[in-house]
Amino acid sequence: MRKDISSDYAIELIGVKKSFDEGKDFILKGIDLKIPKGSLTAIIGFSGTGKSVMLKHILGLYKPTEGIVKILGKDLSELSPDELTTFRCHYGVLFQSAALFDDMTVLENVCFPLEEHRRHLKKDQVLQIAQDKLRMVGLDPKHYYKLPSQISGGMQKRTGLARALALDPEILIYDEPTTGLDPILTEMVDDLILETHKMHKGTTSVMVSHDLGAAFRIADFIVMLDAGKVLLSGTAQDFFNTDIELVKRFVTKGMKHQ
Amino acid sequence: MTIIIHKIAHFMDQIFDHTFGRLKNFILHIGEITMFAVSSLRLLFSQPYRYSEVIKHMEFIGNQSVGIISLTSIFTGLALSFQIYLGFKLVNAVNLVGPTVALGITRELGPVLTGLIVAARAGGAMAARLGSMRVNEQIDALDVMGVNTKQYLIAPRIVSAVLCMPLLTGLFDFMAMFGSWFLCIKIVGLDSAIFFEKIRQTVDVHHINEGLFKAAIFGLIFAVICTYQGFYTSGGAKGVGEATNKGVVISMVSIIVSDYFLTNLLRMYYLMVGITK
Repeated sequence: MRKDISSDYAIELIGVKKSFDEGKDFILKGIDLKIPKGSLTAIIGFSGTGKSVMLKHILGLYKPTEGIVKILGKDLSELSPDELTTFRCHYGVLFQSAALFDDMTVLENVCFPLEEHRRHLKKDQVLQIAQDKLRMVGLDPKHYYKLPSQISGGMQKRTGLARALALDPEILIYDEPTTGLDPILTEMVDDLILETHKMHKGTTSVMVSHDLGAAFRIADFIVMLDAGKVLLSGTAQDFFNTDIELVKRFVTKGMKHQ
Repeated sequence: MTIIIHKIAHFMDQIFDHTFGRLKNFILHIGEITMFAVSSLRLLFSQPYRYSEVIKHMEFIGNQSVGIISLTSIFTGLALSFQIYLGFKLVNAVNLVGPTVALGITRELGPVLTGLIVAARAGGAMAARLGSMRVNEQIDALDVMGVNTKQYLIAPRIVSAVLCMPLLTGLFDFMAMFGSWFLCIKIVGLDSAIFFEKIRQTVDVHHINEGLFKAAIFGLIFAVICTYQGFYTSGGAKGVGEATNKGVVISMVSIIVSDYFLTNLLRMYYLMVGITK
């Protein structure tokens, strides 16, 4: 029960299978997925259904055992390791733990990708861009010179998002951004994702989440994985109207928890 | 009878598999570590160059080890000289304490003890730092930011260790000989002029070079092993602890084992080039 949702895709997965034990057991069992450019797509599913493995394929961190992963029209398997490293500048990723470099200040964390990939920029230009990004995600300037360990979880997420936005990526990926956060912080992060998506028109956002409420509230499209396959993809309405028992159960239980 | 023969054959098979399986795994592991080191060091010569990272790690491995190396080397010199003095006194050869200590320190104890101390201090810290970066997704973050993680994290650490180890060994040699001088001249009252003259007659520059060369190799060994263990850490905080432990233990054993082979290789080299001392 799949639905192609556009003709212009930022991310295409064609028959992607992944096995870590030479084909004995497949984590991904033939994923076919197309994510349109400029959309905000949520990938949901029970634990252990292959969401993170699929995400790592999209990021080019894993190679599929079978199938093709195309990002912005490029088949990742055709890129050399060096080309893949360079290609990853098209991505911005907000990790579950924010993954800030703990020996750098908040501002240095945001400056880092610019210093790596915009070497023609002068120091003050890099600082200006980093400060703009931090302002955009609503982080108070008084925290710019603090270490990640000296700021709260919410501020760390904001910093992580500012760092992900530093290079103005074409694809923004949120890896379980609200897992482990309290409801108020969860809502704040969800709003931040939505605002960021609206502010960056043309950027394709992909959010992997357990948080069904957020997926239905902010995503244009939702993809549900089960046992290494796409069970359903479509709009929130499609999910409410579906006859697939597992999806109905997931939605009902998920919404009860909200 | 046939059943017994089958059982014995099965038992022999198991022993064979067990022994050679382990040997195969060991060889594969060595191969993996070598490939890891080669693929990291290859990136040293490609842009962007990471000189500032090398300097930063040299400060950590070298500068911050000066205190501990100075302290341990003085006491090594004192203890070794005292033991040799007690032994040589029995055969009326106390004038040879200085050169004996000097040869032992410059060729063996200097590089080996420096290697062990720095592997425990800096190598352990490398494995723990990289391991915690791995489990906190910081290495994944670097990967998806388009930063070559081996070039940024591994190569500068290995180069820094290789550059710092001879310098620290030089310091160890100097401080240990200071300890030896202090014991021989100031405590047991040997003649200072004889002490230095005997050292000058016995110790040659290639003895010092031998120790410094070994030290560079030990730096390479512990840096590669510890960065490898840290870089491929898995399993949260427990995994970081295990990686650190493994890194330090394997490094220390490898330093001591490789010291024997290096000594023999250098002996063969000296014979080939005609150095007989």
